[in-house]
Amino acid sequence: MSDPVLELDRLSLSFGGLRALSELDLGVGEREIVSLIGPNGAGKSTVFNVITGVYEPSSGDVRFAGRSIAGLAPHRVARLGIGRTFQSLRLFLNMSVIENVMAATYGNTKAMPWESVLRLPRARREEREVRALAEDVLSFFGQRLAGYRWEQPAYSLSYANRRRLEIARALATSPRLLLLDEPAAGMNPAETHEVTELISRLRDERGVSILVIEHDMHVVDSCSNRVVALDHGVKIAEGGFDRVAAHPAVVEAYLGKDPGALSDGG
Amino acid sequence: MAFFFQELVNGLTTGALYALVALGFSMVYGVLKLLNFAHGDLYMVGAYVGFFVIQWFGGATSLSIPVPLLLVIMFALAAGLVGGLGVAIERFAYRPLRDAPRIAPLITAIGISFFLESAALLLFGAQYRVYNTPDFINAHSGITIGSVTINSVQILVLVMGLILMVGLQQLVNWTKLGRQMRAVAADREAAEMLGVNVNFTIALTFFLGSALAGVAGVMAGLLFNQVTSTIGFIAGLKAFTAAVVGGIGSIPGAMLGGLLIGLAESFVTGYLSSTYSNLLVFGLLIAVMLVRPSGLLGQAQLQKV
Repeated sequence: MSDPVLELDRLSLSFGGLRALSELDLGVGEREIVSLIGPNGAGKSTVFNVITGVYEPSSGDVRFAGRSIAGLAPHRVARLGIGRTFQSLRLFLNMSVIENVMAATYGNTKAMPWESVLRLPRARREEREVRALAEDVLSFFGQRLAGYRWEQPAYSLSYANRRRLEIARALATSPRLLLLDEPAAGMNPAETHEVTELISRLRDERGVSILVIEHDMHVVDSCSNRVVALDHGVKIAEGGFDRVAAHPAVVEAYLGKDPGALSDGG
Repeated sequence: MAFFFQELVNGLTTGALYALVALGFSMVYGVLKLLNFAHGDLYMVGAYVGFFVIQWFGGATSLSIPVPLLLVIMFALAAGLVGGLGVAIERFAYRPLRDAPRIAPLITAIGISFFLESAALLLFGAQYRVYNTPDFINAHSGITIGSVTINSVQILVLVMGLILMVGLQQLVNWTKLGRQMRAVAADREAAEMLGVNVNFTIALTFFLGSALAGVAGVMAGLLFNQVTSTIGFIAGLKAFTAAVVGGIGSIPGAMLGGLLIGLAESFVTGYLSSTYSNLLVFGLLIAVMLVRPSGLLGQAQLQKV
């Protein structure tokens, strides 16, 4: 693996006596799609929250493009180039579709508040650039988030389109690394298939590296370069999908000890 | 009929003033879901700032600078100082409690309100401070249409109020800061993880809201002449009513609510008696809450799926 974009180094996190993550090593390379799997409560979303700066690690380090980002404020992490989506959708529902994307695009603009109030040249130029970037990001989703929807409020979108808009919004931060938290949750098989293609396209056309949490094993199988399995905050397996899926520790984490007992009717 | 229009003008003027205070109240509620009961006292501080500016430049009868310049200094200083005070209150009183249960910052807000009122009493005394506006702005100047007179101070308040409200509406709808404010109001954590500097955005919201209250305080001084440490309480209560009637968190709602309350007050005072004005204002609040609990322009809370 060449120089990793993201590197978790013996990362641990405790809440009081509860150890949420322990000694976790994990890397995401340039233009690599890594899937994070594991049963509910394994600590997958916690990993995202540590990377994005919601939690400060108890020990260990988070490095992004070679630089330690552990303990940085979430908005600084985002501005360095890490975008994320949320397991439970968290759109700005009362804002329009394009405004949702624009709000995420301002991270690196420089105009000060009075400049935007008075519509001074720099603020106006940035406003045009931000809008252009937002339109570019939305057009990546083709017909699904087509132009006529841009001025509609986000709450008018269907569930699947809300999930797409969340990805668009994360993409608007111009990330090098995208963290997708269950992008196919609640979708039907056709929509799930589309999400799988979308994830691959994000890497191929946008050049981003992706760390994705997903429960749908078809999605995991068809788009990941590598799979990492977690249980109780510990990495239990890593490698190609087939190897990880068949790994005894993974099977045990999902189904319990001696899964053969199930087929015996016991 | 002339009487009606005269009361209409008076009502719009006080309404504009209430609307400016209500805007700050509503904006802060929008980003923090905090009922900032200290907001009315910021208006009181603004009124004092205006008074001391007049004193500084020689007093109402012997001003050492031209009146327009005086007005600019009064408004600018009140906006800046009260805006800064609002930012300081947020930084030291509300920010440490941002993740606490919502009752904690609410009680703190009431405490800050008492603190500001008592501090003003201690520093400036209990006596009424008087602007003596007629000594430097001719009370009979202005526009007269038929028998309806809009005096210069009323014109000033109406025009400034209109400009500030339109400006704020533009700011919130069409600029970087406005979109970030709305993003923070909708989902603070999500906004933060998308690169919005939440602390900065909240501080700016407090600055803008407080500065508007400061400006309204100077307007009140010019209109009603008298300033004392307790004027913030009832103004804050009316601004709160205006914000709730219009739909709390909604900027056009705060404007509409402020104007409605100003008009209601003015007509009741004119046609009945000033004794009943508060009765009607708060009666209006109850009536609107019964029919539209989310306020006239407020949106019903969206359910998250």
